[in-house]
Amino acid sequence: MTTARRRPPIAVVAVAAVAVAFFALPLIGLLQRASWSTFGHDLNTSQSREALRLSLVCSLSATALSILFGMPLAWVLARIAFPGRALVRGLVLLPLVLPPVVGGVALLSAFSNNGLLIKPLNQFLAQHTDWHIQLTFTTAGAVLAETFVALPFFVITVEAALRTMDRRYEDVAATLGADRWTVFRRVTLPAILPSVIAGSVLAWARALGEFGATITFAGNIIGRTQTLPLAVYLALEGNPDVAIALSLVLLGVSLIVIVSLRDRWLERS
Amino acid sequence: MTVSAAFRLDLGDLHLDLSLDIAAGEVVALLGPNGAGKTTVLRALAGLQGIDTGRLTVAGDVVDDPEAGVFRPAERRPVGVVFQDYLLFPHLTVLENVAFGPRSRGTAKGEARSEARRWLDRVGIADLADAKPRAISGGQAQRTALARALATSPELLLLDEPLAALDAGTRATVRRDLRRYLDDFGGATVLVTHDALDAIALADRVVILEAGAVTQAGTIDEITTRPRTSYVADLIGVNLLRGDAQGTTVTLDSHQGEVTIAERTEGPVLLLIRPHSIGLYRQRPEGSARNRWQGEITGFDLLGDRVRVRLGGAIPLVAEVTPAAVAEMRLVEGESVWATVKATDITAYAR
Repeated sequence: MTTARRRPPIAVVAVAAVAVAFFALPLIGLLQRASWSTFGHDLNTSQSREALRLSLVCSLSATALSILFGMPLAWVLARIAFPGRALVRGLVLLPLVLPPVVGGVALLSAFSNNGLLIKPLNQFLAQHTDWHIQLTFTTAGAVLAETFVALPFFVITVEAALRTMDRRYEDVAATLGADRWTVFRRVTLPAILPSVIAGSVLAWARALGEFGATITFAGNIIGRTQTLPLAVYLALEGNPDVAIALSLVLLGVSLIVIVSLRDRWLERS
Repeated sequence: MTVSAAFRLDLGDLHLDLSLDIAAGEVVALLGPNGAGKTTVLRALAGLQGIDTGRLTVAGDVVDDPEAGVFRPAERRPVGVVFQDYLLFPHLTVLENVAFGPRSRGTAKGEARSEARRWLDRVGIADLADAKPRAISGGQAQRTALARALATSPELLLLDEPLAALDAGTRATVRRDLRRYLDDFGGATVLVTHDALDAIALADRVVILEAGAVTQAGTIDEITTRPRTSYVADLIGVNLLRGDAQGTTVTLDSHQGEVTIAERTEGPVLLLIRPHSIGLYRQRPEGSARNRWQGEITGFDLLGDRVRVRLGGAIPLVAEVTPAAVAEMRLVEGESVWATVKATDITAYAR
């Protein structure tokens, strides 16, 4: 085999090595700059604790919302042919490429007190009830912002699985007397389960790291909207050790995500 | 009639027009080439595909009648299906696969399982109850799929190429057992196949479907002794010619010659010539045979201890001779030979 014996092109390999270093160096820097002796203490400040707790609450809530709304959305996109389906899909996927800060501004225009939806809704509620909806500067707002960026990850992963699964199994289930819900629960869901899990993990990781949309829409209030990424950004000025400790936490989570999804991504050959 | 179907259905290039009645306990084979619409008929009967016009009745209930606005989906029809490739749910055990139907139709979990166990026992694979489908053989998967379809106590059983996925050795055993289960089954059965042997072994009646239309229907005996289309003739391995009879002379539709038959008849006829009644000669034969044609050998097929010789030319024919005859006459492809048939060996019947 002559091709097997040919030397790899040195210039290409060299440029590729530079690219690898480009990814590796910041990580090494982060580990090297970490103040390991005070690591535990840095994470145990009240601000860090609050940020960790809040990030966990918000990202898990956003993941739950992504599953709750993403599953029907993925099903509709995969299974129902309707005019404008491509348009809807594009709309759903837009947050994947939209700068998060733009997403935050857009969320403000719809869900702030003066927003497209909330303003008339609050006017209606004021007339008939004592209720009042406030999303900006609340934890609910942080969850909303995180869901906005996380949902597309769940939808594209699950929709692809719904499209590629062998639908004849659903026919089998129907002939055995299963109604639509039973077919979904006992046949479709088990078939797409790996993708549902992967989509959930991706959505969760994206929600956990969300910065731009959250700070723009929900603000930066300790204990209410200040999630880990926001706390990292703020701590960098006065307390870089805390910023690095929190960053390492997020790095650790990211590594766990990559490892847990390795069958999907890393071992393709 | 347990099942009564008369409908039209257009699906892409396929234009189905079918009328079919099946009594309880009867097995009807739907035989036809690929793309004839066999599987679509099955899907329409099962409720996985709606019909365009007409009416479907199963066990006295109208299940599809577009004009009356009636459509019962698959899950509400008393129909069991054994799909091609069996399609056992890969994430469920053999037992849970069979229990799926009863459970979906409202039977409690425990009861559904003991019912499934009884079915597995009946098809002889009770010991595989806890196995996953990927761990069992093709023959066992076929039995599981059959048990799964029967466990819902259907009035109509649909079998889509039930033996096609099996290797030749397993096929014979599974076919024999399937015959036994079908004998015990009290409902109507439709068997979709492209294998004539399946139809002969399993069916009481055969319906030939070609390009969406029924081209012939009848008992196995009627189909094999009086084939009406070249598809059927090929399937059972006989020669079929079309012509116009005047007395004992038949002018072929292809205008490629005349055939002499033994009994006087008039009008459009089909001529059945069995391959073993054709004699082959290197020189123009003299003798009693009234029909002699010259043709070029286009190929050979070995069939057991006989050789089938395909002849091209004015009248394409298949002749069946012994391997010894082929060797003795030194027959090779591309050579011209004479074929003869006695008038008494030709069966003529009206079209």
